[in-house]
Amino acid sequence: MSHPAPADATVPAPPSGPVGFGEIFATFLVIGATSFGGGVVAYLRNALVLQKGWLDEERFLSALEIAQALPGLNATNMAIIVGDRLRGILGAIIAFIGITLPGAALIMALGVAYASNAHNPYVNAALIGVGAAAVGMLAAVTLQIGRKQFGSLIDIAIILVTVGLVSFLHVSLIWVLLTVGPAAVLIYRPRKEAAAAEADPT
Amino acid sequence: MNENLSVLGVFSLLSVLAVGGGAAVLPETKMLVVETHHWLTDDQFRDIYGLGQVVPGPNMLMVMVIGYHVTGFFGALLAYLGFFVPAGVISLGASRLWDHFEGSPWRASLQRGMAPLVVGLMAAGAIAIARTAIDGAMTVAIAIAVFLGVFFVKRINPAILVLGGGVVGLIALR
Repeated sequence: MSHPAPADATVPAPPSGPVGFGEIFATFLVIGATSFGGGVVAYLRNALVLQKGWLDEERFLSALEIAQALPGLNATNMAIIVGDRLRGILGAIIAFIGITLPGAALIMALGVAYASNAHNPYVNAALIGVGAAAVGMLAAVTLQIGRKQFGSLIDIAIILVTVGLVSFLHVSLIWVLLTVGPAAVLIYRPRKEAAAAEADPT
Repeated sequence: MNENLSVLGVFSLLSVLAVGGGAAVLPETKMLVVETHHWLTDDQFRDIYGLGQVVPGPNMLMVMVIGYHVTGFFGALLAYLGFFVPAGVISLGASRLWDHFEGSPWRASLQRGMAPLVVGLMAAGAIAIARTAIDGAMTVAIAIAVFLGVFFVKRINPAILVLGGGVVGLIALR
């Protein structure tokens, strides 16, 4: 007579003592070795929230919010923020090294092989195919991430201005961030009653 | 003589500018690496970006290969540290301060306003790579096929599709 496991048994309880450095390293090493192509947030949530129970859903989302708002890659920022929350600065460093080590080792092996075979026609043909595939992937990921934004005329205008400045006028990124950034934030500046009425016109 | 210093400087700058992640900083990376410093040709940049897509983990680890092309393994290490440490330090500090801004309405404005800017920068990243990578019918076909695969087929590992593009290239373009 086996009862189905209660729902909270699938999410481990938060760790009682401090999480060991070895466990932090191993966890992020696995994420670093298995996550591909921008889907790292799903891997992180699966490992940190569902498997390890180091963060609850809410704390995971708050860490993700910080990681996305700041410079740097989501994956490494998340590793650093979560590592810091678990075991301070040393935890952050260990998590960061863990998540980057597998990819770093592999890319260096490929990079060294590439440097000594750059004129091999087979290598060139394969890499032309890989480059074309990367364009398709990047375009798809951009559309997926921007799905919400493409429904708003203001957002489409911000996207077009950004693409125009960067891709066609070749304005340096620092100036784009310093001009379009504040302008976009001002467009969406906090408004009191107006915002509530606009968001919910019923 | 101080190529090492340039590598560290360029990637530290890119680290701080990488609001919205790796793809958003791609056009600027290409501009600095190919046009300003002439460390790589257009084709090399495309190739190395492609290599970065077939390895697991954070997708901008390809900066290490760029550093390697400039000053060898030490350059790779400097590019790695330069690209990841400044942004990491900012994240660490901000994560500890962030809760002080809990409930500030500007936090939502910041996210709402930056979201379309980041999408625009990612689109510019795709355009930057496309300018070198798309050349002829076969590359267009590969790009469209991968686009459709990533966009419509859930639960497919994008690295497999990118490797598939390499295999098609090998067979069709050699």
